[in-house]
Amino acid sequence: MHETKLQNLSEQQKVKFYQKGTFTVGNRLVDAETRSVQASDARSNAITSGHRACQGCGEALGARYALDAAMRAARNQLIAVNATGCLEVFSTPYPETSWQLPWMHSLFGNAPAVATGVAAAMRVKGRKDVRVVAQGGDGGTTDIGFGCLSGMFERNDDVLYVCYDNEAYMNTGVQRSSATPPAARTATTPAVGDKPGNVFGTGKNVPLIALAHNIPYVATASVANLHDLERKVTKAMEMEGSRYIHIFVPCPLGWGSAAEATIHVARLASESGLFPLWEAEHGEIIATLPIRRKVQVEAYLKTQRRFAHLFKPERDEVRIAALQRMADHNIKRFNLVREEKETAI
Amino acid sequence: MGGTANLADMFQVRLHGRGGQGVVTAAEMLSVAAFLEGRHAQAFPSFGSERTGAPVVSFCRIDDKPIRLREPILEPDALIIQDTTLLAAVQVFQGLGPDGYVLINTAKSVEDLGIEAAVGGLPEGRVRMVPATDLALRHVGRPVPNAALLGAFAAVSGLLRFDSVEKAIREKFKGPIGDGNVEAARAAFEAIAVPA
Amino acid sequence: MLKQIEGSRGVAEAVALCRPEVICAYPISPQTHIVEACGELVKSGELENCEYINVESEFAALSVAIGASAAGARSYTATASQGLLFMAEAVYNAAGLGLPIVMTIGNRAIGAPINIWNDHSDAMSMRDAGWIQLYAETNQEAADLHIQAFRLAERLSCPVMVCMDGFILTHAYEGIDIPDQAEVDAFLPPFVPQQVLDPADPYSIGAMVGPEAFTEVRYLAHDKQIQALEVIPEIQSAFEEQFGRDSGGLFHTHHCDGAATIVVTMGSLAGTLKDAVDELAEEGPRVGVLTLSCYRPFPKAELREALKKAKRIIVVEKCLATGFGGIVSTDLRMALQGMELIVKTVVAGLGGRPVTRPALKSMLRRALKGELADLHFLDLNRGMVDRELANQRKGIATGPTAENLLKDVAIHGTGA
Repeated sequence: MHETKLQNLSEQQKVKFYQKGTFTVGNRLVDAETRSVQASDARSNAITSGHRACQGCGEALGARYALDAAMRAARNQLIAVNATGCLEVFSTPYPETSWQLPWMHSLFGNAPAVATGVAAAMRVKGRKDVRVVAQGGDGGTTDIGFGCLSGMFERNDDVLYVCYDNEAYMNTGVQRSSATPPAARTATTPAVGDKPGNVFGTGKNVPLIALAHNIPYVATASVANLHDLERKVTKAMEMEGSRYIHIFVPCPLGWGSAAEATIHVARLASESGLFPLWEAEHGEIIATLPIRRKVQVEAYLKTQRRFAHLFKPERDEVRIAALQRMADHNIKRFNLVREEKETAI
Repeated sequence: MGGTANLADMFQVRLHGRGGQGVVTAAEMLSVAAFLEGRHAQAFPSFGSERTGAPVVSFCRIDDKPIRLREPILEPDALIIQDTTLLAAVQVFQGLGPDGYVLINTAKSVEDLGIEAAVGGLPEGRVRMVPATDLALRHVGRPVPNAALLGAFAAVSGLLRFDSVEKAIREKFKGPIGDGNVEAARAAFEAIAVPA
Repeated sequence: MLKQIEGSRGVAEAVALCRPEVICAYPISPQTHIVEACGELVKSGELENCEYINVESEFAALSVAIGASAAGARSYTATASQGLLFMAEAVYNAAGLGLPIVMTIGNRAIGAPINIWNDHSDAMSMRDAGWIQLYAETNQEAADLHIQAFRLAERLSCPVMVCMDGFILTHAYEGIDIPDQAEVDAFLPPFVPQQVLDPADPYSIGAMVGPEAFTEVRYLAHDKQIQALEVIPEIQSAFEEQFGRDSGGLFHTHHCDGAATIVVTMGSLAGTLKDAVDELAEEGPRVGVLTLSCYRPFPKAELREALKKAKRIIVVEKCLATGFGGIVSTDLRMALQGMELIVKTVVAGLGGRPVTRPALKSMLRRALKGELADLHFLDLNRGMVDRELANQRKGIATGPTAENLLKDVAIHGTGA
């Protein structure tokens, strides 16, 4: 029945590619086995067109890649649970829905627990073939849903949780979350006073906290490296138990970056070392993705108006340097630069 | 023996002890024993969050009619006192009627305990002592006097057959612990029913 | 089989007979014994084909039940007091999504001051959440109501709370007739969900609804509760036919025929009240007792009919709308508007204060003489209150009220 329905869907909504001078969309120049999920027009199109996300939305992009990969890995036997947030709101404007898979939204802070319930129902009904994905933004994951998330990890419930991290509460109008980086301007950390923007602190590194639960799989990923993102989702789907993927998704509206620069901004975050890409199994980091062309954090910061106060009216050398130290610490900690060839910007 | 308690009306037992002495379990076993004899019974604790060692009260009502009443037992027909240190600390005799029964876990006498004023007016044979903790230590190996006191209570009140008490104990405690508790209860029952 | 067991055990056994597929457990007094017993039944293999999930909070407990129910599994959890408040957001959500979850409330007061004992404040705080609320008078009824609750919830696709008085019922040992599996199977058909998360037929559940349809969604939820007023007595009759007990329904009456004065109450208090009015009948006119089994939906028309010949209604309730007065009595006044009778509110048993026959009889004697205030607090220690009020009049920084009252008890005792 599902097969037919999907076929009908793909006939009604024939997937089209709008590839413009990049190989990112599908790597169709590589051989069939190593092509990305998005390279195939037979992909499930989990979140189909017509949703209400802003131009350049990193979360919409990340969600499509993550869920299409997860659906392919699960042979379309997938159920998604969504926390309240941008993704939930823009994908289901009444009376429409973008979701081409069974999808449920309950509350802001309970997506991991609801997913646990769905997984329990599938287990008790002997539906081992049906897999469960839960997803939410950084607010729903690192703040309000954190207790439920940790509980899900601790019980090792059979759920893949995907966090789309755009580093603030975007749905409510760009307020600070525990994933907001130091110095960033948000509506609740305005760029005023002698220490404009968010405080410098340790923040809350949920991927590392997930790692500390010794769950089967933890990975960070970025919309700047979609092939890596798909590979990690596919790998996670091949495992059982609690799995966590934390995806870096720029928000042009909240960050004050250009809509067409989302991939570029995300790439600079990784290439500067501010957002390291790594994966871990059972509490041990097994791989990190090396920086191909290292950049200074300044190059990243300058793409976004949320950091504009670091450069105008005058350069805030102290705080730019502090952010650079964070990036350098990541590079050292995760061994991100394997060869000594730093390229000047 | 202390005679046979009258069950034309409801019979109400209040149990006093300390947390860890099985006071709540005692009331529950008492209700089970009565239930096994075809009676209606209701047991409930004093609803506290008491920790080990704190004074604890539990209750048991026994009747031949369904029991609707849910208030704490204010005017008990019988008192089971599991710990004599409570005699000074809590008003254990409050509400006890002039025909009441009192069973105390002790080897001492009324005079030794200094409770003549509280129990002096009760009919002959209604105040009985049994060294239940000693019996429990001997038969169970732990100072938990509740089962032994139930055995003694069956004898004091004449309200229950010993075999009902035995079955009730075995519902709560399986295996060797159950055997030990039954032996302690039997020893206590016999100590009252067949005075040396 | 008739057994002498703890109320919590009886409820767990009744729930197990309903073949729940997912049970979520989080401890909070006084419901803890229920989920403990459920866990034992699952772990020992007595209850098969059931996922028992130890969660990290009450919010997670109901959220897991929400996910499980939406995926088509018969789901159950239990909570009380602060736990119900902690899951409040999910309580509304489960009802809004129309998920037929059954949840036991071991009714308990809400702090501060922290208090683990019984009253109805917890369930009352969720009375408008969209759940059906049933109240048990005895442990037998508590067990029976759970069996009815699953059938009711699944028939209407609406969650049901079964409320039983914390400690007074949950921790009381009494005779409970636990039915056979075959009997329960005959009464309760397998769960056929109205909506389900299924990859073969994908739905989006829980999408946003704006002003254009929200009123209609809410109206339909209200309409569902109104339908429940017919379904609940049907289920009660079917249950009585199958099991021979008239547990549940909308309300029970005790000597209400011809009584000019009728006491209305809910939960285990009814037993003590019946004893009190029966004793009182020896000295004066008969007072009836009406015990509400179903509080949400509120059976307005049925209560008007049952109380139409009465002249004086006294609602004895274990809850208080602070700054206003009674809660159940307010609903009842609305239901009875236009009728020539008076309704008095008696707030009793807050935070586990024992409700005794002497106190009830004394209150009823005053009521029969027309001396009862519209809002009366049973057994209120007026001296204690007046001393603290005088203390507070001395100035601002008089310290925490609860602490002051505890000192007052130490000095004056609880008697005056």
